[in-house]
Amino acid sequence: MSLPTRRAARAGQYLALLCYLVFLAFPFVWLISTAFKPAPELGSLHPTWIPEHPTLDNFRAAFDEQPLLRAAANSLIAALSAGIIAVVIATPMAYVMARHRSRLSTAATGWVVVSQAFPFVLLIIPLFLVLKYLHLINTLWGLIMVYVVWSLPFALWMLVGYVRAVPLELEEAAAVDGASRLRTLVSVTAPLLAPGIVATALFAFITAWNEFFFALVLLKTPEKQTLPVVLTHFLGAEGASDLGPLAAAAFLATLPSLVLFAVIQRRITGGMLAGAVKS
Amino acid sequence: MTLASATVQSGRHGPPGGPHGRRPTRVNRNAGTWFLVLPALIPILVLSVGPLLYGIALAFTDAQSGRTRSTQWTGVLNFQDLLHDGLFWESFRIGLVWAVGVTVPQFALALGLALLLNQNLRMRWLARALAIIPWAMPEVVVGIMWRLVYNPDAGILNESIRDLGLGDGRDWLTGLATALPAVILVGVWAGMPQTTVALLAGLQNTPHELHEAAALDGAGAWRRFRTVTWPALRPVALSITALNFIWNFNSFALVYVLTNGGPGGRTRLPMLFAYEEAFRYGQFGYAAAMGCVMVAVISVILAVYLVGRLTGGEDR
Repeated sequence: MSLPTRRAARAGQYLALLCYLVFLAFPFVWLISTAFKPAPELGSLHPTWIPEHPTLDNFRAAFDEQPLLRAAANSLIAALSAGIIAVVIATPMAYVMARHRSRLSTAATGWVVVSQAFPFVLLIIPLFLVLKYLHLINTLWGLIMVYVVWSLPFALWMLVGYVRAVPLELEEAAAVDGASRLRTLVSVTAPLLAPGIVATALFAFITAWNEFFFALVLLKTPEKQTLPVVLTHFLGAEGASDLGPLAAAAFLATLPSLVLFAVIQRRITGGMLAGAVKS
Repeated sequence: MTLASATVQSGRHGPPGGPHGRRPTRVNRNAGTWFLVLPALIPILVLSVGPLLYGIALAFTDAQSGRTRSTQWTGVLNFQDLLHDGLFWESFRIGLVWAVGVTVPQFALALGLALLLNQNLRMRWLARALAIIPWAMPEVVVGIMWRLVYNPDAGILNESIRDLGLGDGRDWLTGLATALPAVILVGVWAGMPQTTVALLAGLQNTPHELHEAAALDGAGAWRRFRTVTWPALRPVALSITALNFIWNFNSFALVYVLTNGGPGGRTRLPMLFAYEEAFRYGQFGYAAAMGCVMVAVISVILAVYLVGRLTGGEDR
């Protein structure tokens, strides 16, 4: 390629990248802008990108209008429990799936794939009935149970990739030294897996923090509801004056998962890669 | 995602659990294996596989919520009713339009972005960071955010249209003609990152030497893409589009927040329909039958797609 053509190609690439940046960013920028706008600016027929008189009033109003703190606490409890329980029970199974080629691990892998295909409505009706029977409707525990199982496929998926990345030789060496299987797992493999386990737990946390459908069905009263469900209550009486608090609350609800995602982003990509690379 | 499908296949063709490669300590090892697997297996069986079978069984009953009379088996009655339920098939059609309408542009855009991010460009980190945002956001927030963008008076979309002198803009989400395209655009935006990351992962597995060799042989960018990049990327592309299609067809939260199925049912995806049937009208059996039909039709479509694509690849 001649130099001018190469330059033109580069320029084209940067232009395309710029288009992507704008497309990806503009709704988010607009959300933040709306969140910080005072009521008169929100009512203006000619909205501006940047608030002329930025204010925190919307955030105050949001907390006044809906029980956001309570909802955030519920979300935190549900997501934290789901994340921890999911990795605690998934890690041993992922280990077996990665290291043993057996009928069980084949079935488990099959289930991981198939479970992605089912419309949740087919799952939620019986779950609703079962949880109702157990008096777990409208409780965070019922929701947590659902979240754990729901996050297991991807947790297993990621963890299997991480286990495969641990060299088998290390475990064999420990076995030769006379360590029991459990001992090997705990003192050799687990420490090497720790970063992957943390990433998986955080991912399960984010998924649960963001989840809406199960929470909508299973949680009935506002005191029990999680953040995404409470956010939709802002939509009920939507008028021009409500846009500010709506945006403010939505922005706040995003922050935790956004921050966590930024932290583990590389690991998730890495996990997907590890999965794809294995023979 | 590729890994899983590959493993399933190899598992089917290979000798599952056969005696090959077993060690003498097999009994001990298997005992330990069960001990390790049970903590996850029991919840999976009780809260996932069990309810799924229960749900399928419910489709053959007249189960309703809040009723004192006991539930009866009704055979295929629900399915017969569904067959004549014009509203359901309309929502099914909308679901397919939505799923294709989101999946195809999503893939095209994600492929473009992945190829760009694979280049040595200066603002790459920023693009990577931004591409994560839609992924990390709760779907409910994505919906709320785009409602703010689409807002007829205070939204930035109409304001931009007014600024560019293209008219007064419109009420995108409540217009009969614009509602579905408007939610499809949001769907494309929201799902692009996962697809991009998956494709980027696939690209980074493509051997670099092949690219260089092709470039030395004087192959242009398009030819290199067709002969080197695409063949390596195809398995990833295939499974990610299949999965995206399923996910999109089954999606709920985004459209629930954006339009709640309106206007006049124009964006009522099958999941929204089934949700209302189950939890507003209490028709558990009927809604479960809807779920079954959704699974069945999606499986058939996917099987045709996958078989077509896989065999199509071998011909070349």
